[in-house]
Amino acid sequence: MNWFTNFITSSIGRKLVMSLTGLFLILFLVVHLLGNLQLLYSDEGEKFNLYALFMTTNPLIKTISYGLYAFILLHAVQGWILWRKNAAARGPQGYAVKVTRTTGTSAVAANNMGWLGTIIFVFIMIHLYQFWLQMKLGTLDMKMYDGETAADLYTAVKAAYMNLGFVVFYVISMVVIAFHLWHGFQSAFQTLGLNHRKYTPLIKAIGKIYSVVIPALFALIPLYMYFKNAGL
Amino acid sequence: MQTMKLTLKIWRQSGPNEKGRFETYPVEANEHMSFLEMLDVLNETLINERKTPVAFEHDCREGICGTCNLVINGQPHGPNGGTTTCQLHMRHFKDGDTIVIEPFRARAFPVIRDLVVDRNALDRIIQAGGYVSVNTGQAQDANAIPIEKDIASHAFDAAACISCGACIAACPNASAMLFVSAKVSHLALLPQGKVEARKRVQAMVKQMDEEGFGMCSNITACEAECPKEISVENIARMNREYLSSVIGTEVQA
Repeated sequence: MNWFTNFITSSIGRKLVMSLTGLFLILFLVVHLLGNLQLLYSDEGEKFNLYALFMTTNPLIKTISYGLYAFILLHAVQGWILWRKNAAARGPQGYAVKVTRTTGTSAVAANNMGWLGTIIFVFIMIHLYQFWLQMKLGTLDMKMYDGETAADLYTAVKAAYMNLGFVVFYVISMVVIAFHLWHGFQSAFQTLGLNHRKYTPLIKAIGKIYSVVIPALFALIPLYMYFKNAGL
Repeated sequence: MQTMKLTLKIWRQSGPNEKGRFETYPVEANEHMSFLEMLDVLNETLINERKTPVAFEHDCREGICGTCNLVINGQPHGPNGGTTTCQLHMRHFKDGDTIVIEPFRARAFPVIRDLVVDRNALDRIIQAGGYVSVNTGQAQDANAIPIEKDIASHAFDAAACISCGACIAACPNASAMLFVSAKVSHLALLPQGKVEARKRVQAMVKQMDEEGFGMCSNITACEAECPKEISVENIARMNREYLSSVIGTEVQA
């Protein structure tokens, strides 16, 4: 094997892949949230639908989106490999009694990154089927805005969030993402070797704020739309 | 002097390939005994009853050799922070307590007998680290190589690692990264160790992976249980050393 193959399959190489793809997905969530918040305008979806049109037709965004799909898959597959390898390293005989204390993170989140990630992966699949695939297949109605024809994704989203089951599913998924990020955000920096007595407290604080605020704002959208449509 | 009646649940396994099981033993101890002395009392009783004593590892009994290695009620080296099993005293338990005693568990730490596990993997990782260049000639004056105090302190803190393996026993991934990073760090920080640092980190990480240890996911259970309170800052330092060595130099381990 050449040096690069050795490196990327080494323990630290695999961690590096998790860290870099994770940081990319952290950035992506911010962009995704800023787009989604346009669902909150009371304009019957004009701003949101035009934004969706831009995101699906702009060549630069389209290129980045292919990178995004690849990184989601890479993060998921590599995470799964690490999860299996780590379970194997624990050995066949487990502890009868085990206390896991941690010093710098939530033990619940850190211990269950594999399970949290699995739930998030299932969520992403359903999420993509519900909105992204319908957009790609062209099953959505078209609407005209000042000469531009845009797929009416807003109405599809609205319809989904009239269903209480979906609203609950989305909110729970955001709680799961919050836990995943609570550990993942600062963990990504530690893996890159970015641990410094002056800056790590700041990274950890931003990570905690991020992992609560971003999923909370995501969860706000279905809740707001559900209660608005229910006339409450 | 307080006498205490305890119930011990101890992992018994007669050989590496034998099936193990928990056995329950009553034991009388007093609060001044160390944990290992309490086990000595149990073994004395077992020997008098012509039963096989419990095999457990111990050597210096003053917290510096890294030989004692029990998981006590789910924690390597027991409930107290910053101490080894031999430094744990019975006054931290109550009369009537049940104490579960297990060996360090990891695929890379196969059980030899009862509570004794094979930790040679750690020695092989240290061997993979190689050597430091020491020039021949006159012995140098201690102050001939100036080292800034903070750096010397970090190196010393990392060098406090006694290679006991508690980090691996505590880690949900059975990762040895705290141990390896302590070994990498204490040499990489000092001028004497810098010469071979690029090569050393790659060789040690490679050996660590080959021994079948898990991969760190920054859970920090290792830092919480380490009897020498080695910091996970060392793991970040090892990651930096490794990444810069692999990506930024010609060195290949």
